[in-house]
Amino acid sequence: MIISVASGKGGTGKTTVATNMASALGEGVRLLDCDVEAPNAHLFLNPEIGQVEKVTTFIPEIDDDLCTACKKCAEICRFRALAVVGGKVLVFPELCHSCGGCVEVCEEGAIKDGKRELGTVESGTAGDILFSHGRLRVGEAMSPPLIKKVRSINGNNSITIIDAPPGTSCPVIAAIKGADFVLMVTEPTPFGLHDLKLGIEAVKTLGIPCGLVINRSDIGDNGVKEYAAKEDIPVLLEIPFDRNIAEAYSVGKLIIEVQPEWADKFRDLYNRIEILARC
Amino acid sequence: MRELVIISGKGGTGKTCLTAAFASLAENSVLCDADVDAANLHLLMNPKIKKRTDFMGGSIAKIRTADCTECGRCLELCKFEAISEQFVVDAISCEGCGVCVDLCPEQAIDFPVQKCGEWFISDTRYGAMVHARLGIAEENSGKLVSLVRQQAKILAEEKGNELILTDGPPGIGCPVIASIGGATALLIVVEPTVSGIHDMLRVADLAAHFKIPGLICVNKYDLNTDMTSKIEAVAEKRNIKVVGRVPFDSLFTKAMVEGKNILEYRQDSEVAATVRKVWDEILQSPSMNLMGLKDFSAVIK
Repeated sequence: MIISVASGKGGTGKTTVATNMASALGEGVRLLDCDVEAPNAHLFLNPEIGQVEKVTTFIPEIDDDLCTACKKCAEICRFRALAVVGGKVLVFPELCHSCGGCVEVCEEGAIKDGKRELGTVESGTAGDILFSHGRLRVGEAMSPPLIKKVRSINGNNSITIIDAPPGTSCPVIAAIKGADFVLMVTEPTPFGLHDLKLGIEAVKTLGIPCGLVINRSDIGDNGVKEYAAKEDIPVLLEIPFDRNIAEAYSVGKLIIEVQPEWADKFRDLYNRIEILARC
Repeated sequence: MRELVIISGKGGTGKTCLTAAFASLAENSVLCDADVDAANLHLLMNPKIKKRTDFMGGSIAKIRTADCTECGRCLELCKFEAISEQFVVDAISCEGCGVCVDLCPEQAIDFPVQKCGEWFISDTRYGAMVHARLGIAEENSGKLVSLVRQQAKILAEEKGNELILTDGPPGIGCPVIASIGGATALLIVVEPTVSGIHDMLRVADLAAHFKIPGLICVNKYDLNTDMTSKIEAVAEKRNIKVVGRVPFDSLFTKAMVEGKNILEYRQDSEVAATVRKVWDEILQSPSMNLMGLKDFSAVIK
């Protein structure tokens, strides 16, 4: 069972829901923090990191001795990562999408495997939870390949919980594609509702069943609930605003640490997801 | 002309609410929403759209079944697993590299340009605004961000505006990089939590990487004053000016529900006074005034 926790709008409580649900369930859970631009789950789970892997992607490296400056590589590159200037091929590593087109068209075999660092994947354990996250290198623009790398980590665990990045574009798609269920976390405000609608549309294009957690459920207005009812999206959990919870969050504490009665609610949330994902 | 870009690393720290409030204070400015992925600024601005333009992003491969001999060359070439065994391209996975298009032995693959979203030039009660909407599940968000910023710049030049106020996206990846290049200064809005400070440091590293001066505003500072002090200490160590602390106040949410910024909603409130003070600090900061203007705020107001 793979559950992606997503949101559209940032700061609605994705990490809170993902980490609390993972901790409440405990053994057999793997948590993958795929918000590689701003990974935060580790701050709440405090995993012992045992493995650090540098993740790279292909970029062309030109062998000037073999290169005849025929321009074929620059012509096939749609991303303008290659240019021929003064009889020499210039590579702009940060523009390269690693499609390998240049390697295919080079008749001289002058393009060698170069590397650009995307970031790191760190793995370890937090109590009974298997933990991994990606950390995008500062200055690197492309997060989806690193997200896919984090997603590729699996084993014989029964439940995988993915903490997804905010938004609705390619990084989010990389974090929710292939999941059995998408849990959308929102807040009942005009911003929350607006971005929830976009998020739900993204989930729909992938045809994945989804449900809703409303965080800080007693602020704002009724728009989110009305929308959920109209669209037939089940509201699986409501977490009211509580200054104690907010203060605990600020120092890296889980809700279930400061208010243990929430552990049952998060287990129940999982049980409801399991039923919905199977129908 | 200067551009202040409001970013945060972590989402939901209050970028848009503060941007909208600043917009009401900076009259001689153009507004720009660079969070094209999940744009929210328009919800507080009620923009009247004057011009609507399609955003043509990248192309996507499309196999013409009639001409396809199922030789499998495209499958072999595609690094993005976007082509199925049945020779159908998955538009979401297709990166738009065109390698299959160019190298298909039968020339059986088309490469139509895709409409990836729309961008708008609008009027608001605080002046012109450039904003956009990226299509769902689309790529090229960086390209669209660059486009709206460029349009905001053209507009500001035409109208003789001295400032562009840009509401940025969360994170540190592609759209953020596109949002900050060439900006005068960045306002990093941070909340006093472990995740807020963690993500602020990443965004501060990014600012340093691109050599853009940063300013810091601690929002909801009273949720954890120890953490606020820690943030301010880190900021000082990194030579990032702290322009103020804004308290946690439910007035922000109430104002948002009415589609207003905090200054319109309760202009006499304490929090409104704080926001005005933060804005003055921003205008007086050395990073906004490096170009030699003695009183930049006088030009904006």
